[in-house]
Amino acid sequence: MEFLFGRLTLGALPHEWFTIGGTVFMTLAMIGVVAFLTRMKLWKWLWHDWLTSIDPKKIGIMYFIVAALMLVRGGLDAGMIWLQQVMGASSGGYLSAQHFQEIFTAHGVIMVFFVTMGFLFGFMNYIIPLQIGARDLASPFLNTLGFWLYVAGAILINMFFVFGGEFAAAGWLSIAPLSGLEYSPGVGMDYWIWSLQISGIGTTLGGINFIMTILKMRAPGMTLMRMPIFTWASLCSMVMVVIVFPLLTATVALLNLDRLLGMHFFTTTAGGNAMMYTNLIWMWGHPEVYILMIPALGVYSEVVATFSGKRLAGYTSTVIALNAIAIISLFVWLHHFFTMGSGANVNAVFGISTMIIAIPTAVQLFNWVFTMRKGRIRFDTPMLWFLGFVFTFSVGGMTGVLLAVPPADFQLHNSLFLVAHFHTMVIGGALFGIFAGFSYWFPKFTGIKLNERLGKYAFWFWIIGFWVSFGPLYILGLMGAPRRLERYDSVTGWQPLFVVSLIGFGIICIGTAFLVAQIIVSIKNRKKYADLTGDPWDGRTLEWSTSSPPPFYNFAVIPEVKNRDAFWEMKKEGKRIKSKYEDFEMPKGTATGIYIAIFAFFFGFAMIWHIFWLAIACALGIVAFIIFRTFYENTEYEMKAAEVEKVERMR
Amino acid sequence: MHKEESKEKVFLGFWIYMMTDLLMFAVLFATYAVLKNSTYGGITIREIFDPPFVLVETLILLTSSFVCGLALLFAKAMDQKKTIYFLAATALLGVAFLGMEIYEFSHLLSEGNSYTQSAFLSAFFTLLSFHGFHILVGTVWITILLVHIAMRGLLPSNIRKIRLLGIFWHFLDVVWIFIFTIVYLLGGIL
Amino acid sequence: MNIKIKIGLALLFFVELFYFGLIFLSDLNFQLLNPQGSIARQQRDLGMLVIGILLVVAIPLIGAMYWFAYKYRAGNKKAIYKPDTRHSKFTELVWWLIPAVFIFILAIITWNKTHALDPYKPLESSVPPVRIQAIALNWKWLFLYPDYNIATVNFIQFPQDTPVNFEITADAPMNSFWIPALSGQIYAMSGMSTKLHLIADNTGDYRGQAGEINGRGFSGMKFIARASSREEFENWVGEVRRSLKTLDENEYSTLSKPSENNSVTHYSSYEQNLYNKIMMKYVVPDGEKKMEEM
Repeated sequence: MEFLFGRLTLGALPHEWFTIGGTVFMTLAMIGVVAFLTRMKLWKWLWHDWLTSIDPKKIGIMYFIVAALMLVRGGLDAGMIWLQQVMGASSGGYLSAQHFQEIFTAHGVIMVFFVTMGFLFGFMNYIIPLQIGARDLASPFLNTLGFWLYVAGAILINMFFVFGGEFAAAGWLSIAPLSGLEYSPGVGMDYWIWSLQISGIGTTLGGINFIMTILKMRAPGMTLMRMPIFTWASLCSMVMVVIVFPLLTATVALLNLDRLLGMHFFTTTAGGNAMMYTNLIWMWGHPEVYILMIPALGVYSEVVATFSGKRLAGYTSTVIALNAIAIISLFVWLHHFFTMGSGANVNAVFGISTMIIAIPTAVQLFNWVFTMRKGRIRFDTPMLWFLGFVFTFSVGGMTGVLLAVPPADFQLHNSLFLVAHFHTMVIGGALFGIFAGFSYWFPKFTGIKLNERLGKYAFWFWIIGFWVSFGPLYILGLMGAPRRLERYDSVTGWQPLFVVSLIGFGIICIGTAFLVAQIIVSIKNRKKYADLTGDPWDGRTLEWSTSSPPPFYNFAVIPEVKNRDAFWEMKKEGKRIKSKYEDFEMPKGTATGIYIAIFAFFFGFAMIWHIFWLAIACALGIVAFIIFRTFYENTEYEMKAAEVEKVERMR
Repeated sequence: MHKEESKEKVFLGFWIYMMTDLLMFAVLFATYAVLKNSTYGGITIREIFDPPFVLVETLILLTSSFVCGLALLFAKAMDQKKTIYFLAATALLGVAFLGMEIYEFSHLLSEGNSYTQSAFLSAFFTLLSFHGFHILVGTVWITILLVHIAMRGLLPSNIRKIRLLGIFWHFLDVVWIFIFTIVYLLGGIL
Repeated sequence: MNIKIKIGLALLFFVELFYFGLIFLSDLNFQLLNPQGSIARQQRDLGMLVIGILLVVAIPLIGAMYWFAYKYRAGNKKAIYKPDTRHSKFTELVWWLIPAVFIFILAIITWNKTHALDPYKPLESSVPPVRIQAIALNWKWLFLYPDYNIATVNFIQFPQDTPVNFEITADAPMNSFWIPALSGQIYAMSGMSTKLHLIADNTGDYRGQAGEINGRGFSGMKFIARASSREEFENWVGEVRRSLKTLDENEYSTLSKPSENNSVTHYSSYEQNLYNKIMMKYVVPDGEKKMEEM
């Protein structure tokens, strides 16, 4: 039995109310989806048009769907954390310590890895080829493989609902030695390890692919210094991905060796060095938050320039600033553990290097201020998100500089002040950027403009809800409240603030409901909200020059670029893109990516539960598919000019 | 022709991939450097280091790199037979290297110096077997490539694959030089 | 301006007002803003200074942004519209220089203050310091007073206006030792010893706690740090010495097993070299025994 099922015994199956509830819910949901697809006879359509598609636009939308589902999961986690903290005065509450810790660990991992990263990869897939005037990505196969590995990781992290056991309870970075075998013997940590490992490899592949695409696939005339800022920001972010994700892969692999084979990298005994884990994981972890942040900065630059009807002030400065942020952020990781006792010199150097990031960030603000000056500003929803972002981001930036001062950090480290700070940056910076980008590009994705009124409601509920929920956390931090407490003495006087914070969470939920309603209402009334021009915002960059949604080949004729803001200049000169069609190659769809990801998923699953025969079988399966793929030469087909003409006429 | 040119971008991608691989090695080298003296009363690198043995390993790898380079030259000269011979020789040398490494490991394990013994041994085994794993991947790659060439001849796509393989194989050679210097020479002699 | 935007802004303003009201009018216990020791006070003052300097740049910049957003709104046809404005290299240079100057000032402050407030630096005082060794266990704090040969669990007492020198280690996962009202935190790690120096200006009971997540007993891992007069401190030491419990090898091995929400315990004596033995255990095989032989 142990050979067949490893650690997966009957006792490991769900037996607590929350895991049983999760199991029932997940099973019902799966049955529901399968029944729906079968009834509507949609399987074939799903498989051919979506799952095996290599069209980056479709993959981008699939990224959005997965990320949105994970946002709901992460949001529910957040609600459970808050509720417990409200009830936690004088040892109350409904969660055990173990369960509470599992929830905040899952919340962090999901929000960073599967929500924010997912949305950003969605945008990059959809927008970058359009912005640089390309028909496809450099390697469509790597792209689908990367996406499906990300999905495999996302499913794996939710699998403990179905198969039980437990989840990691050592914080989102699983700091050693707590994450080692001695202190976390269960399968929870292995869920964390394998879902990060699998999706991390997907992210690295995506990073390589986007660098190749941006460097090699640009339309004629689009020099690096004519690229739209979002593309530049994505390039910076992806360069960081390929630099730091290997560090994550290697570090997590070492932790895994500790746990699987009894090695001693990060253990307390036999000469292991737990401080090394803290160093290595933050060498990835700090750049990771900038990987999330930088593309969002790119989105804001696009939004500000478009809605001010004006070219971006200081394009060169913006590009330099983005690069500077990307490079400097690789050298600041130690500010996450000033309190480890590295000595004043080391602490001061890393504190100052952290502050230096504030310079290019402030330059970004200057760029936006002077873009708006003498512009003609329209307050559509994307612009509102931007204006909301500026305020939260400035507060987050200032508290960030404060945290970079080591003596101040000794007090604020591990406190709720820190929690409030990074939520200000990730929600107020990255997530607002995602919302801005989503409402900005939604007409491009679908050919439908979003309902403005509901979008504005969503914005106001979000920003007010954000400050109602995270303001109290700043205050709690100043009261000396540490993070991650599920119970505390009522004499501390923290409870009222947690209550306010929970109310804020409720307001945020209403905001999210408005976001959902906005999408539903707009799609339902698609005739009314239709945008037939392909250029609803008077856009500046190439993605607006094609129709909405773009044809699968993006551009019937690859545009020639002579300036920055290529489309704006074309419109100004009144030149329409010449319509002489030529033959070109398009990649064929492939299911290899999805098959490899399925094997990777079962490989991870088998390794978590120590079912080694299944792991070996899956590993061989992956190798076999890769070898098989090398024999498959005809990955492209020819698109004839006449066919293109036919498609273009039908539009 | 245009189609083949556009395939050249795969080299950029492959170089980036090699860089990510190098960074993983960098992590392992860094952990090795940190844990080098954490022997916890167990065996040290001085006791592991057997100069003639490691020298032979090094020579095998250097030769294989040279042979691999020759294979590419013959491939460019469209000499299919010699290309196949030299690629096969590269793979065989890789297997020989792997055999020696496995022998060294089993020798250590049989003396009770397992990777669970100390942090130093964990780092030592992991760094070396990660390199060994790459050699294994390389030999499998060569085997498949040989099948490709035997089936379809020296197509441009196959020559491109030999070039990529060359980059990979030389890279492994360079990493081994680092292992030789940092692990064996600096640890065993200085 | 749109009426809805006005309502939204008014609500935001109200939220902010609420916070300021909370800070200034309430009797909330702002441990970091009302420090009880010179270290914590200097840390607070430094934080305030940094925020102050940052606000000098931030307020005009953010203010300008919202002012421009209002002034150049699409509805205002009187405003100038120049869609193709280009900025000179000089202007762009100024955008870089302004934040650079401020960060330069902050960097100098950081460098000096990081050295001045290094937690490893002993405090200058005419009174001889009290030494305390803190050991993070799963899930409680064990304190040793090497000068008095007494030990306590989850409670420490020391005289006011007297420097307290902590040596900190762990016999459990990594942790963080923190008394917010008196000073910042420092990590507790097995196999090594970190240091923290602090001083209490006023008498009182201060909350101390574990800062770093370390397993299921994490939130119960708190202690009381009592600053008292010298006389009360001596009385307390006498009281602990009369305790019936002693911390010998057996007692320690029981104590170091995982347990949650431990109550305060006093030990009239403890095994010599306990602190070093706990540390050495992680450094060499059988480190405990080797320490004993030494």
